[in-house]
Amino acid sequence: MILDWLSAALIAAGALLSVIGGIGLHRMPDFYCRLHAVGITDTLCSFLILGGLSFQAGLSLASVKLFLIFVFLLFTSPTASYSLSHSAWKWGLNPKGVEDHAPSAKIKVRE
Amino acid sequence: MKHYISLASLLMIVWLLLSGHYNPLMIGFGVISVALTLWLSFRMNIIDAESHPIHLSGNLVKYWFALAYKIFQANVDVVLRIVGVRPIEPQLIRIPFPEQDDLSKVIYANSVTLTPGSASIEIYPDSVLVHTLSKEGAQALIEGDIANIFPVTSGVKKEETQ
Repeated sequence: MILDWLSAALIAAGALLSVIGGIGLHRMPDFYCRLHAVGITDTLCSFLILGGLSFQAGLSLASVKLFLIFVFLLFTSPTASYSLSHSAWKWGLNPKGVEDHAPSAKIKVRE
Repeated sequence: MKHYISLASLLMIVWLLLSGHYNPLMIGFGVISVALTLWLSFRMNIIDAESHPIHLSGNLVKYWFALAYKIFQANVDVVLRIVGVRPIEPQLIRIPFPEQDDLSKVIYANSVTLTPGSASIEIYPDSVLVHTLSKEGAQALIEGDIANIFPVTSGVKKEETQ
């Protein structure tokens, strides 16, 4: 009973984060910032939903498989984000709103 | 050799967990496929300290817990910025790697990308170009937010020099 409520709360929080990520996808000014908004659905949102589902499954082989999905996400999602942002950078897409007084020197040379 | 033993036990555990059938036939299939995988990876010569880093498994687990806490904090921050409580001020910064071997470069760049609010864009020989969503995030990364909790990977260098 308590487990049911706990898993419902986790899944609801994950779904809320997913919606917020979607809102961010529309609100953000340019491509690179949208990548950060999607980062929420990549990390905490999927962790919460998988955690809620594993509470439903209990201590069984199904929750082991959910944990394996979690580990795969942990390795593949940064790789996918990096390949997106890297190819955008290579093709010359400039980030919007980058100020000159950044904490360290801004890069202008492109190799 | 210890890499092959560790890989074999890891593969066998994954097979047992994923199959869920514990009769002799299915376990026999598991042993055969693990042996085939080991033979193939031995022929391709791809098992070494870089592809199968057992020397830092303990450190890596500690690092993942610390990183999970950072990811949670960064998520709250980015959610507040999306909703409009905090401003959006994109920054481009260049951060030197904490360690210079290839494995720690990969782990560092992936950790930066995995944390919402910062994404690595380009890898240079000694540093990584990072796009962050806020001035505070950029400042924290420069001060070594992730580099401070980074695992000690000098084991790779030792094995190379021996």
